[in-house]
Amino acid sequence: MDLKAYRDIAWNGIWKQNTGVVQILGLCPILAISTSIVNAVSLGLATILVMAMSNLVIAALRNFIPYEIRIPVFILIIAALTTVVDLAFNAYLHELYLVLGIFIPLIVTNCIVLARVEAFAAKNEPIGSTIDGIAMGIGLTLVLAVLGAIRELIGSGTLLSGIEMLFPGAEAIHVFGDDYPGFLIAILPPGAFFALGCLIAGRNWLEARKLARARMNPPAITDTPAEA
Amino acid sequence: MSETTALGLSARTGSVMVAFTVIFTAVMAFTYGATKTQIEASATEEKMKLISEVLPATAYDNVLLDDVITVGPTRELGLDDGGHIYRARKAGQPAALLLEATAPDGYSGRIELIVAVRADGGVSGVRAVTHRETPGLGDYIDPKKDKNKKSPWITQFAELKAADLPRCKLTKDGGQIAYHTGATISARAVTQAVARAAGYAAANHDRLFAAPSGDKL
Repeated sequence: MDLKAYRDIAWNGIWKQNTGVVQILGLCPILAISTSIVNAVSLGLATILVMAMSNLVIAALRNFIPYEIRIPVFILIIAALTTVVDLAFNAYLHELYLVLGIFIPLIVTNCIVLARVEAFAAKNEPIGSTIDGIAMGIGLTLVLAVLGAIRELIGSGTLLSGIEMLFPGAEAIHVFGDDYPGFLIAILPPGAFFALGCLIAGRNWLEARKLARARMNPPAITDTPAEA
Repeated sequence: MSETTALGLSARTGSVMVAFTVIFTAVMAFTYGATKTQIEASATEEKMKLISEVLPATAYDNVLLDDVITVGPTRELGLDDGGHIYRARKAGQPAALLLEATAPDGYSGRIELIVAVRADGGVSGVRAVTHRETPGLGDYIDPKKDKNKKSPWITQFAELKAADLPRCKLTKDGGQIAYHTGATISARAVTQAVARAAGYAAANHDRLFAAPSGDKL
């Protein structure tokens, strides 16, 4: 594989096949944990770690895994790696672990991880697979971060609350002042659906606009899109 | 492979599965071993941090986490399955009791508390350890979620002297504990649980301090 192939894989994961707003996979963590930016990004980072590791390990071992039992072996490997991440978080990022505690084991059941392992890592070489895992994870983390920002801003009027758990001394930004009452619905589960719906609509709108522009221009220059 | 019998396939895939299981169990066991001491240290540190919020470190000089007794199901503390009571002593004299207590009647289920009661019967401090109160409404019982960072709601209990305990009720119920209008249930559940726990500590003071460490009452 050359550099261009790697770039395509990365672009695929972050935008074209974004797990959150295109594949709509792994809604459980997306909706449950995106109540604040810090929570959302932290779980995103943990997912990136698990996806990169599981894609790497499975791509490296793919020739030893019989086709008939690939799914149980994949799940075994993902579960083992998640346990390793879980223990490492508990030991070295304990404050954060208290917040994400119950969600890290849930990465095992996150269908994104299994989906990428089955669709990509089982058929490709390790480096490309690792990039795919990282890119898919970054795509997910971006969606989580935007969702978390929207919900936190509307719901509690702050940004980055809880940042002191990661960087002692840092403080949350109170965007609307201390006496902002907060729209509770943004923090509660329905708010997650509303915000995710808006994100999906927004991405579809961007894609539709790009398509319309491409149609208006001659196909010869679509490789380097003309900025109007 | 020219010929694959069902038995051969089963044996082959079975042994591969076993091999993978063994390898990855070993990976997990290694990680567990490598992180075990750190995880235990974090758990202790976290506990001590919580304790330092309800009882200043200058109030006692014993190894608090080792001076512990367990109690069975105790209605006064709201404990259905029992819990721990830590005993703080200064120069060998009783200084305070740290009780695990539960408010069973929170808005979304049980609220687990740690209540520190000084030897003179006054409340030294209270913290909510776990709860599921509604974000933005009832969760001000947890100082991490309370919007009033300067004097969070739960610090009101630290001002309660032994003589004030009969007034450990919400102002609405004729006591002295203020609350947020529209979110009474969480505050009332915590307040009542604190009053019960302080009453239990006062009534069983001598018995709780006299029991040998590690004892089960």
